[in-house]
Amino acid sequence: MTNLSPGLILVIGGLLIPLIHGRARQIFMLALPVLGAIQLFGLDHGLHGQVAIFDYTLTFVRADKLSLIFGTIFLIASFYNTIYSLHDNDTMQQVAAPVYAGAAIGAVFAGDLITLFVFWELTAISSVFLIWARRTARAYIVGLRYLIIQVGSGVILLAGVILYAQKTGSIAFDHIGLSDLASWLILIAFGIKAAFPFLHNWLQDAYPESTVTGTVVLSAFTTKLAVYALARGYAGTEMLIYVGIVMTAFPVFFAVIENDLRRVLAYSLNNQVGFMVAGIGVGSALALNGAVAHAFVHIIYKSLLFMSMGAVLHRTGTIKASELGGLYRSMPITTVFCIIGAASISAFPLFSGFIAKSLTLSATAEGGYVVAWIVLVFASAGVLHHSGIKIPYFAFFAHDSGLRCKEAPANMLIAMAIPAFLCIAVGVYPDPLYAILPFPVDYQPYTTSHVLSQFQLVLFSCLAFAVLWRTGLYPPEMRSTNLNTDWIYRKALPTLVRWLMQVGGEIRRGVLFRAETRLERFIKQVYRHHGPDGIMARTWLTGHTVLAVALLLGGYLLLYFI
Amino acid sequence: MDEPHDRPETESQKPWMYRRAVINGVFWGLLVVCVLLGLADLVYHRHTVFAFEAFPGIYGIFGFISCIFIVFAGIGLRKLIMRDEDYYDD
Repeated sequence: MTNLSPGLILVIGGLLIPLIHGRARQIFMLALPVLGAIQLFGLDHGLHGQVAIFDYTLTFVRADKLSLIFGTIFLIASFYNTIYSLHDNDTMQQVAAPVYAGAAIGAVFAGDLITLFVFWELTAISSVFLIWARRTARAYIVGLRYLIIQVGSGVILLAGVILYAQKTGSIAFDHIGLSDLASWLILIAFGIKAAFPFLHNWLQDAYPESTVTGTVVLSAFTTKLAVYALARGYAGTEMLIYVGIVMTAFPVFFAVIENDLRRVLAYSLNNQVGFMVAGIGVGSALALNGAVAHAFVHIIYKSLLFMSMGAVLHRTGTIKASELGGLYRSMPITTVFCIIGAASISAFPLFSGFIAKSLTLSATAEGGYVVAWIVLVFASAGVLHHSGIKIPYFAFFAHDSGLRCKEAPANMLIAMAIPAFLCIAVGVYPDPLYAILPFPVDYQPYTTSHVLSQFQLVLFSCLAFAVLWRTGLYPPEMRSTNLNTDWIYRKALPTLVRWLMQVGGEIRRGVLFRAETRLERFIKQVYRHHGPDGIMARTWLTGHTVLAVALLLGGYLLLYFI
Repeated sequence: MDEPHDRPETESQKPWMYRRAVINGVFWGLLVVCVLLGLADLVYHRHTVFAFEAFPGIYGIFGFISCIFIVFAGIGLRKLIMRDEDYYDD
């Protein structure tokens, strides 16, 4: 019991929620992450809960600095997410959210690849209910697409694990590195969940279609679980630097033209995970600390941003930039929280993004990766543009949409206050976070050089936006769908299948028609010879038969005598 | 920024955030801060890893150009990939 996985408390507790009702249920839901945290802080470093099955050893809990920091932030997120959703008494989501969070925590503590696989799939299966909970036909279809891709990731992981176990004789989840097919399969499985380029679109497809509260929950766990798995298994894999920088750069362009503000945040999530992946690729102690610290603060400010947009959606019924604007007067507190989240993700000094992103940037520079570093700085400017400015500006300022609504419900405001406080606290005083990073930290983010450079970058980027806006060059927000890689399976493949069915149908009809005419002709022939009037079926009179036989016999006799 | 409501409003009737004086003040204030930050590089030499970082105002210039580029690339991207809202009709 003392060394139980903290994740299991949330999984089992989540399944018990339907049995409890009223206020007791709310208290129970809030207690789950707290109990999980008590369990987590009681864990001794090392391997626990080991069970031998055949030749392999399952390890349910591996507590070290890397798993503990991810477990900690997942529990913090689970706690404020629960507060955020207290106004909504939807049992489906109330069960799915803690089971999903618990599965992610269970996966983080998994010491072997089979346990990892089990929790990996559980995150997929539990999280899809947060999308289906929107209860629209669209959400149902999106959820199916999401589930196929997520479960697919697990299946690829299992295939990789089986090959890996055959080769190495061990299922322990330690550094894997890229070498053979097994390691590639496992990397692809991680890459799907981390939303690598071309494997990414499930994220922008599914997250914005979830409920007000569901999107906030979804944003915290799946991709960061993948970041953890990559840091554990593939640290220092140079290819990841380039995968990471592509991830940081390309969503920036899509985010600028996207109209659904929660989808803008989904693109921005993709971009942020890119920073972490690049850091893991660099692989030095500083870089890995940067990736982990970034994951930690990112969960907090991304939740805050999704929460503020969720509050807007909850109150106004829309989250389209083209329909919003001027809400700062109706929702002033939400506006302030959103700006705190925006300043954090943009890495303004004194906010949490700054003290984490600096680590990765410095590590990339020190590693001598010039191109990667330039792309990361470019992507930092891009983040500021779409998450730092676009999100708060179009929702709360810009043109007055005429929408007037109430401030967000009290539980939402309390839930937003927690990450908002953490964004500033960690930004101002990063030492406690640095102390729990996987490697010892000898780094000072607040040097004059860093602060001046960062202020230049962010304020000139703001200036660029202001200039474009004043001159009318900034593209207006439009109701639209922007194509992405999901076009392949949402449009191209169905069209191809429809075309094939049509052409196939034509061919089938043609072939059948020919076959039918031939068969008919054949039957006619048979009928002619063997039918009632056919020569072969004609009934002869007895006299004719006797005559024929007599003639035959006569002929035979004649031949015999000759 | 000064988009009209249903009926025309005088400056004093507008919410303060939408008043021309406030908008101009924010813009010019930002511009002044940016110029000062750029000038700061002339008196303070930053610790650099790469040689090109030493160029005065390099971070500002890079950020400014990046953002302009992102927006114009976005406009171009729209031509390529923007469709009706109900394009996928699902």
